[in-house]
Amino acid sequence: MIPISHVLVLSALLFSIGVLGVMLRRNVIVVFMSIELMLNAVNLSFVGFARTMDDMTGVIFIFFIIVVAAAEAVVGLSIILSIYRTRKTLNIDEFNLLKW
Amino acid sequence: MAFVTTTDLIPLIPELILLGAAFVVLLLDLFAPGSQRTTLAVTTIVGFVIALVAEIQLLDSGATGFYGTIVADGFSILFESLYLVIGILTVLLSLHYLDDHGIGFGEYYVLLITAVVGMMFMTSSLELLVIFIGLEIMSISSYILVGIRRRVPESNEAALKYLLLGAFSTGFLLYGISLLYGATGSIRIPEIVVALQEPGALNNPLAIIGVALIIIAMGFKVAVVPFHMWTPDVYSGAPTPVTAFLSAAAKAAGFAMFVRVLLTGIPLEAELWKDLFWAIAVLTMTVGNVMALMQNSVKRMLAYSSVAHAGYIMVAVVVGTPAALSSVIFYSCAYAVMGTGAFGILTVRHFGKTPDSYDDLAGYARYKPCLAFLMSVFMLSLIGLPLTGGFIGKLQIFQAALEEGWVWLTVIGLLNSALSVYYYLRVVVCLYMREGSVPDGAVLEVAESPGFALTGLVGAASVVVYLGVFPQTLLELAASSVSTLF
Amino acid sequence: MTITNDYLPILILILVGIGLAGMFTIIGLVVGPKLRTREKAAPFESGFLGKGMEGYRYDVKFFMTALVFLVFDVEIVFLYPWTVQIRELGWFGFVASMVFISVLVIGLAYDWKKGALEWE
Repeated sequence: MIPISHVLVLSALLFSIGVLGVMLRRNVIVVFMSIELMLNAVNLSFVGFARTMDDMTGVIFIFFIIVVAAAEAVVGLSIILSIYRTRKTLNIDEFNLLKW
Repeated sequence: MAFVTTTDLIPLIPELILLGAAFVVLLLDLFAPGSQRTTLAVTTIVGFVIALVAEIQLLDSGATGFYGTIVADGFSILFESLYLVIGILTVLLSLHYLDDHGIGFGEYYVLLITAVVGMMFMTSSLELLVIFIGLEIMSISSYILVGIRRRVPESNEAALKYLLLGAFSTGFLLYGISLLYGATGSIRIPEIVVALQEPGALNNPLAIIGVALIIIAMGFKVAVVPFHMWTPDVYSGAPTPVTAFLSAAAKAAGFAMFVRVLLTGIPLEAELWKDLFWAIAVLTMTVGNVMALMQNSVKRMLAYSSVAHAGYIMVAVVVGTPAALSSVIFYSCAYAVMGTGAFGILTVRHFGKTPDSYDDLAGYARYKPCLAFLMSVFMLSLIGLPLTGGFIGKLQIFQAALEEGWVWLTVIGLLNSALSVYYYLRVVVCLYMREGSVPDGAVLEVAESPGFALTGLVGAASVVVYLGVFPQTLLELAASSVSTLF
Repeated sequence: MTITNDYLPILILILVGIGLAGMFTIIGLVVGPKLRTREKAAPFESGFLGKGMEGYRYDVKFFMTALVFLVFDVEIVFLYPWTVQIRELGWFGFVASMVFISVLVIGLAYDWKKGALEWE
């Protein structure tokens, strides 16, 4: 059986890549993908703990994370579409109408 | 085999009523397209009022459901009633704004209701899974509400920023929950508390990292420095009634979650957390006030001032005694009402446009004396002058801090309050001392103050004054609801 | 607590993980060639040329269909546990699932009425 630490390291790695992607990437779609990566890293760590503790709670939690992530993706993509229509760009640095 | 009986649903009655109202409004909008927008608004308000009545009926019932996952204790009932009241106020403030800006979506009201439902789940649950779902129901609804003017670039941009940072912080929250789950084997707050009280449990790196991540996420949600960057942009880009709603209800919900999860759920006596919260409180107050001072847009100034007010509430969080926690509740309620009121004034058109900069406030005293007076009441309360709810709130917080010997924190808080006098009074000065000239071609709407909004604003102002003159009722309620927490 | 023993290594490994991820990203930023061409800045388009698409509006119906599919597809995840345990859950599970499905139906009705399902 794969020890829990392996799972946790993979999940931490994925999560960190996601966080850095959000902070460093400039394309909105890529930023959004990085956020999804973070959520999936969380799923991985939940499933790892759930298996180690032989407890279903973690698995159930994942169901909800997946669904919420999908809902968020739908809303996010719609917002990205509407901002693309008004601004004709997806570069996050150009969304600066609200900077003082 | 019955897993759930009807008694489990009792603490959920207000939520269920609201969900029913959301569906009714949605279907009304879909299948009776001819129906007036007023009908939708009135239906929404009726839903909120019925839920509020149900909420009051639940008081002292101590109902719990779903194996203790959902509780209707004093704490959740008080906060849920606050969300409902703010919801009603927001609807009252929305009608004319939606007409003025051509936002003809029935979905607006549906999303408002679902956002409130999400907040209610967040507040009344003891299980991190349900809290997370409630948080997401609230957040996703508010992302759409912020971006509902989809042809307006500012609104789009605000929605995008809110969504990205909201989802980002949700990632932190979930990772924190998962590590905490790994450390304690449970996602239910009471069981987590028990597990963390075992000797050595807090030396567990998983638990510490988990709690730290949850603190970061909560910091984003209640917008404390250094996690406040999204607040001014989102608040100024969103439609003004939505801004009012977010700054009041969403922030109160954030603090309710903060108290429920972090202060009662996780033992934070360790000096480390105290120092961290101390720094956050001081930074939040100072940055919020200094930035508010530098703004030219009133809406943005109010956005930064809402950050500053989160800082005052953080002072009480640092202190952490039951008295301080009850002042968190009192201040959340008082700020919610006065903040909604202040943003609410900005929804009403003046000289044909929605006021934004300080200059736009000129001429209110002459042409809209009633609104000028109401705005002054809200400003005085935000400063924290006596006879207003803001005064009692600050008094409670700083009293609690002094009792525990947090002298420096109190001093910094008071200095910050003094700083805030400048920009709040600047609003009052602009309202009363400057003659506005009617721009050429602008329609002079002297008599026209939208009735619904005026009702809401007068109501909010009376609540602010009521809380300042007779704070006893709410203080007792807050104190008793804190006692139900532990 | 069966997994208490290996906590410190995990902390170290998490830190190593964060460090590694950061290092790779920074190496990529520093060492990697920086070609700021238009195509590079454009979102990846599955091998299609980014050129010639300027101002092109692909039909919104694809987008609508994709979004509706995404939501309803993922909601199905809640029905799997019920179908696996359908006998044990009995009438309670049936009623709960029906409530869930009826909420989805209201959502479907909304999409339908709003024209998100219209292809032509």
